Amino acid sequence: MSAPEPSSEDLLALHRRMLEIREFEDEVQRLFLQNVVRGSTHLYQGQEAVAVGACSALREGDTMTCTYRGHGAVLAMGAPADRSLAEILGKADGLCRGKGGSMHLTDVGRGILGSFAIVGANLPVTCGAALSATYRGTDAVSLAFFGDGATNIGTFHEALNLAAIWRLPAIFVCENNLYGEYSPIAATTPIDRLADRANSYGMASAQVDGNDLLAVREVAWAATERARAGDGPTLVEALTYRQRGHSRTDPAAYRPEGELERWLERDPIVLFERALVERDAATAEHLATMRSEVEREMATMSARVRTWPAPDPESRLEDVLV
Amino acid sequence: MSAVPATYREAVGLALADEMEEDPDVFCLGEDIGAAGGVFKATVGLFERFGPKRVRDTPISEQAIVGAALGAALTGLRPVAELMFADFAGVAFDQIANQLAKYRYLSGGQAVVPVTIRMACGAGLGFGAQHSQSAENWFLNVPGLVVVVPATAGDAYGLLRSAIRDDNPVIVLEHKALYADKGEVEQGRTVPLGQAEVVREGEALTVVATQQMRLRSVAVADELAEEGVQVEVIDPRTVAPLDMPTIVASVRKTGRLVCVQESPAAGSWGATVIARVAELAFDDLDAPPALIAADDTPIPFAAPLEDRWMPTKERITGAIRRLASL
Repeated sequence: MSAPEPSSEDLLALHRRMLEIREFEDEVQRLFLQNVVRGSTHLYQGQEAVAVGACSALREGDTMTCTYRGHGAVLAMGAPADRSLAEILGKADGLCRGKGGSMHLTDVGRGILGSFAIVGANLPVTCGAALSATYRGTDAVSLAFFGDGATNIGTFHEALNLAAIWRLPAIFVCENNLYGEYSPIAATTPIDRLADRANSYGMASAQVDGNDLLAVREVAWAATERARAGDGPTLVEALTYRQRGHSRTDPAAYRPEGELERWLERDPIVLFERALVERDAATAEHLATMRSEVEREMATMSARVRTWPAPDPESRLEDVLV
Repeated sequence: MSAVPATYREAVGLALADEMEEDPDVFCLGEDIGAAGGVFKATVGLFERFGPKRVRDTPISEQAIVGAALGAALTGLRPVAELMFADFAGVAFDQIANQLAKYRYLSGGQAVVPVTIRMACGAGLGFGAQHSQSAENWFLNVPGLVVVVPATAGDAYGLLRSAIRDDNPVIVLEHKALYADKGEVEQGRTVPLGQAEVVREGEALTVVATQQMRLRSVAVADELAEEGVQVEVIDPRTVAPLDMPTIVASVRKTGRLVCVQESPAAGSWGATVIARVAELAFDDLDAPPALIAADDTPIPFAAPLEDRWMPTKERITGAIRRLASL
């Protein structure tokens, strides 16, 4: 069964969400360059169609876990952009009260069980959330995002095996952006098609163009339907590209010449704009207006959040134990 | 309710059964805990009584066990995970130390994490260096965890029930050499986390000890009592967080402190107790505190080696006599 045909409004909402993530990440990068943000950050530009497409298949009651490159997934699930940015800026009213930062954005009330900063650590957690659904007899699913690099860490194998043996309603979305930190995937991984790793666990799998929002949505929809029907987990490999370096200190000089340019031509936002115009869902003019609206909104939001108060130093002692 | 005789092992099973009976959100997961009843037979009968949904056998995947427990807890359940041997916690250390322990803090208090992790610790049975460690000290430097170390059947029952009801991650270390020990269990009675027990009162000296070392220390204290020397023995029962008020009150009374532990000295709860007492009650001390610890070696296999690796009754007696100038 394929996903319900989205209305023009749905399509434009999905597009807007991608624009918001792009602008959010561009703003985070600007703030980093101005030294307004501490520590490190791992940006999501170029991968927006994966988070927005996959999360569009989720509904209330479902849960999501993601990684330190998680701003996009968290926003795709509907976390407020201002409180997300506030967390990255270490503000008292950040999502995590300034205790987590860029790599730990969490919004439990929205099903965002968290951004996990150790590679692969979220995969078993998604198994547990999926187990809760089967335990209670609900049709909720849990979806985990992770990078290609995570397919070489132990938790990936333990989690996929557990999900398969217990037929858990879990969806494992591997964002293959071609680099595990600074290393190209071919240097660390002996197979080309990561989706094939599902075969070892007798698990359904799919490989999808991760820069094509509707293709991702379709595959994620099928995976959630399979999970909700009690037919077990799915491994999805979304082929995409990290347009920036691994983290803020990484200029990504290891990329072969021309690679970035080729992928920029396949930028997910550009591709989706083209699709929207082809479907008569919007005119190029309308889309340009939307883009500048989102830019303005994000700029206003950022200026506002930057005035928010810092946390009270005494609050550092709270939230360790109940 | 009246007390019933039970071994330490049976006390664990009773606590699990009583919690599962009372709270449908409590379930157990671990390697061979179901159909096989657990390698230490602590979960015998639970699978038959509560079924495979609530007593879940897992693959040999310690990281997945702990991570799944975390995910289940975040979505409203109260999982009790078993890691079999405490030594295996090393395999799941990221999930325990980085994920479970830090979740509440990193989320700014958005969720509670009611996960209990049971594991069998302790030496003395010839299991060798990778199946005999008292792993509690590994966790002391990780804020966000509660760590309990029951010594008796009553405490095994009462502490485990409290652990399961607690909204924090609690690590319960069951000493494998104590599983067959007989005791009494008062069903329905919980033992509060973080509260030490004054096992034996005395004025001459304070001994702080857990599990096997508590039992040895009490035996030594009984012998010294025949000489008219009354030694106070305190079992912290929870080593994180430590009940320092009870220990400090005792040291203020006796002026002398000996910690006895079945693990090497460095970075241990015994060393922490001595450091804290030095800060809080230095002026009350009549002698330097002593830490009677295991040797700084991996745990050897052969009986004559393993027996001497951990504090013997003779070493405990010697330390007490030296400190109390007997």
